[in-house]
Amino acid sequence: MTQSEFLNIVLPFKDKVYRLAKRLLISNEEAEDATQEVLLKLWSNKKQIESYKNVEAFSMTMTKNLCFDKLKSKQAQNLKIVHSNYEDHKTSLEKQVETTDSLDWVGKIIETLPEQQRLVIQLRDIEQYDLDEISKMLDMKNTAVRVALSRARKTIREQLTNTHNYGIK
Amino acid sequence: MVLNNIEQLLEKYENGETSLKEEALLKDYFSQEHIAPHLESYRPLFAYFKANQHETFTKDIPLKTKKTAMYSWLTVAAVAVLMLGFYFNSTLNITTTEDDLGTIQDPQLAYEEVIKSLELISASLNKGAATMNYLKPYNEGMATVGYITELEQSSNIIFKNNK
Repeated sequence: MTQSEFLNIVLPFKDKVYRLAKRLLISNEEAEDATQEVLLKLWSNKKQIESYKNVEAFSMTMTKNLCFDKLKSKQAQNLKIVHSNYEDHKTSLEKQVETTDSLDWVGKIIETLPEQQRLVIQLRDIEQYDLDEISKMLDMKNTAVRVALSRARKTIREQLTNTHNYGIK
Repeated sequence: MVLNNIEQLLEKYENGETSLKEEALLKDYFSQEHIAPHLESYRPLFAYFKANQHETFTKDIPLKTKKTAMYSWLTVAAVAVLMLGFYFNSTLNITTTEDDLGTIQDPQLAYEEVIKSLELISASLNKGAATMNYLKPYNEGMATVGYITELEQSSNIIFKNNK
């Protein structure tokens, strides 16, 4: 397998791997490192790539495991939290500030969720995989994924309405 | 989109029962300018999901082919061959300078070998001595020249008398 063939397989989902890693590791740099590591592992096992049923799902599982390993390792104790700013060109400045602020809130709320729920939210609401795919990636039962998803969504909604109503968290 | 419908969808959404299509409907609804005031709090949630879909991985992927690894081993092999070469070369030099021709273990055989080599030496020595025979007539000549000294003695006596 040549480099370009490999890149053709990998490029469509490398951003998804990165976002998943970032969801778990929070820091941009850590997520970049994790993504690189996952892709290099795929490259070094490129002979087996054709035997995988679904390379994308396989890499997502790999990413999840790698991130859990990283979180468990001692190195994780000096993780940095980096926030990204999101822009919306349509709305006025005041509203823009407000929305980026509330977007930040959503991000913060998601960060407080348990890892399992963060994973499910990321895979479902951001990457839009269907439940069967997610259950394969995370090695969970379909119903367990659904429950985790529901819990995560409810927590986010509750916290969000609280912040929205009182302006405090 | 009917508000009632959205509320139903939201409930299903919170229970994790919506399909991807229904979730897309919700996302569309909450990206509108005007939504029902009591649902305002959901807006950042869906906006956040949408914004996060566009984050990309920009770092390079350093792909290395296996060939470079092979070349690096080649250099290791070359160095090993060089060092072995030097080693054997130096040991070879030592054996040749010692001029070791080996020893004969059987004493009888050794005796015979010594005799043989001594005979060879004496034979060639005799050959050289044979050529020395030419010196004999030379010696004879020298003896006859000896008479000249006697003549000289007598002539000396004569000269003395003259003085």
